[in-house]
Amino acid sequence: MRQTSFRRRALAVTSLTAAAALTLSACSSSSSDSEGGDDAAGLESVKIGISQLVQHPALDSATEGFKQAFLDAGYVEGETVEFDEQNANGEQATAVTIAQTFASSDADLVLAVATPAAQAAAQAIADKPVLFTAVTDAVSAELVDSNEEPGANVTGTSDMAPLSDQLEMITQIVPDAAKIGIVYASGEVNSEVQVEAAQEAAADLDLEIVTKTVTTANDIAQATEALGDVDAIYVPTDNMVVAGISSLIQVAEDKQIPVIGAESGTVEGGAIATLGIDYESLGHQTGEMAIKILQDDADPATMPVEFASEFTYVVNPGAAERMGVEIPQEILDQAETVE
Amino acid sequence: MIGALELGLIYGVMALGVYLTFKVLNFPDLTVDGSFTTGAAVAAALITNGINPVLATLAAAGAGLIAGAVTGVLHTKGQIDGLLAGILTMIALWTINLRIMGTAKEDTAVAANLPLLRAETVFTPLKDAELLGSWAGIAIILVAVLVLKLLVDWFLSTNLGLAIQATGDNGPMIRSFGVNTHRTTILTLAISNGFVGLCGALVAQYQGFADISMGVGLILVGLASVILGQAVFGQRFIWVASLAVVLGAVLYRLIIFFALRAGLDPNDMKLVTAVLVIAALLLPRWRFLRRIPALRRRDGRIVVEDGSAAPAAAASPGSEPVAATPDETSGR
Repeated sequence: MRQTSFRRRALAVTSLTAAAALTLSACSSSSSDSEGGDDAAGLESVKIGISQLVQHPALDSATEGFKQAFLDAGYVEGETVEFDEQNANGEQATAVTIAQTFASSDADLVLAVATPAAQAAAQAIADKPVLFTAVTDAVSAELVDSNEEPGANVTGTSDMAPLSDQLEMITQIVPDAAKIGIVYASGEVNSEVQVEAAQEAAADLDLEIVTKTVTTANDIAQATEALGDVDAIYVPTDNMVVAGISSLIQVAEDKQIPVIGAESGTVEGGAIATLGIDYESLGHQTGEMAIKILQDDADPATMPVEFASEFTYVVNPGAAERMGVEIPQEILDQAETVE
Repeated sequence: MIGALELGLIYGVMALGVYLTFKVLNFPDLTVDGSFTTGAAVAAALITNGINPVLATLAAAGAGLIAGAVTGVLHTKGQIDGLLAGILTMIALWTINLRIMGTAKEDTAVAANLPLLRAETVFTPLKDAELLGSWAGIAIILVAVLVLKLLVDWFLSTNLGLAIQATGDNGPMIRSFGVNTHRTTILTLAISNGFVGLCGALVAQYQGFADISMGVGLILVGLASVILGQAVFGQRFIWVASLAVVLGAVLYRLIIFFALRAGLDPNDMKLVTAVLVIAALLLPRWRFLRRIPALRRRDGRIVVEDGSAAPAAAASPGSEPVAATPDETSGR
């Protein structure tokens, strides 16, 4: 990563000058240099634009997984594949600028990581394939017509957690659980979708869901307290709550309430367990879709949105002890352990 | 590049609003972070519910107007410090914005993101004609923004506008002349946030979605646009100052664009923005810079335009707010 960013910086000086020149020539550049350059493995060289909304462990590993898929398929970075990685640092207007830059650049395909980045890319880019990842509900975000038939140049992978499986795991760890608390950020559409899904799944399992929302990370402890008398706490893939997970864990440990996470980062942060998505393999899956489009001329319009196919148990035995529960042996047997 | 110019021009509408409060009224208005999203939320919710996009955009400006008036009333009638009044409105708007967006969804009362990717927006005709993303598109957006700019110029030259300028300049003095400064303050905040709400509506339609967090930190962008623009393009007359803030917004987007192209670490962007604004604020104060011929020529132009005030202008060019220039207010 270091090396590439250095090279990019060196390249950038030239590209800045070039950009100034392009301004005069109406910026209508779609240079043809991406066409040529077949290498020994018979792979046509490609340029990929990557637009990530914000730096965040899950999103970073999705991007890494995506790039790894290309390397695994025999591409060589800097020779047959070039990644133009851009990060909007959480600012949506910047994500729009990044998307527009890719729209007029010679990138062959664009990867957008997280929902607003994907929406900006879908709006700005009409004539090249756009793949998204780490988007929870692509249909309600209007990125695709339907998950089965995306219908345009946009498709990708969803990071929807297997909610009913996760809730079921809660009942395995806390057998007499009846009331499950969820704290989530009111500003995150991905969390809304998950809470809705959790409520549906809970009905099937005879569980009751209690929710509290926060607007800043500072409110997490208070909101956790306000959940009241719940038997367990479920933490969805909510950027704000996951980032401030320590304060939730602290309250939960005090009150001896077991916490179950939606992904492994939360378990590393002190939750007991998850049956979750591995963002790196989700990114890898997205990369494989990209290669199908680039190599086999697959049409994004007919490529269904893919969901994570493998879920892994991740457990934190220390956390279980601190929250006063025991993880069943059958889960421990197939789980990865973190501290 | 073209996209950055388009987006910059659209953000110029917000810069006009921020200019009214920050420069004319001398009021640091943090309502902007909330009212920008309010504009986006109102427009997106109405469009999703099938309302004509032009009407939806106007309604968004109206919603911004109300938000600004609330801050104004809190500050004047409630005697709440201006900074705090803005923050209070901004925080309240977070919840209200979630509810507004919730009205466009069937099964939930709140929504954090409303997509407009497939909706008919004010930009759809431009897009269908393949003008968006071309120089013609920029020209059209430029004309629209210039109309708004001229509206601001005109408004500030009316009696009411002069009273507003005087309120920002010296409140107690103008009050002694019988001007109701409460009214002028509320009105300016309302109009300013009307522009901000309008801008939010346009941005949402342009980028294809409204999101609850789109306004976060926006006041910094607004201030950067105003300060950068006026440092680079000048602020001697109102028509120059208002043009400068629009161009400042474009400049700000271009800087972001080139910084991204240059592969700058995104984590450094906020610092870069802060340094830019500080530089724009400090540059006019550094006397030695005036030895640079290009800058001296700018001084020379000021002398030609305004002979009598030239010595004062040379002593501290650009350091005074526009409204504070006496000949400016009396000359209109």
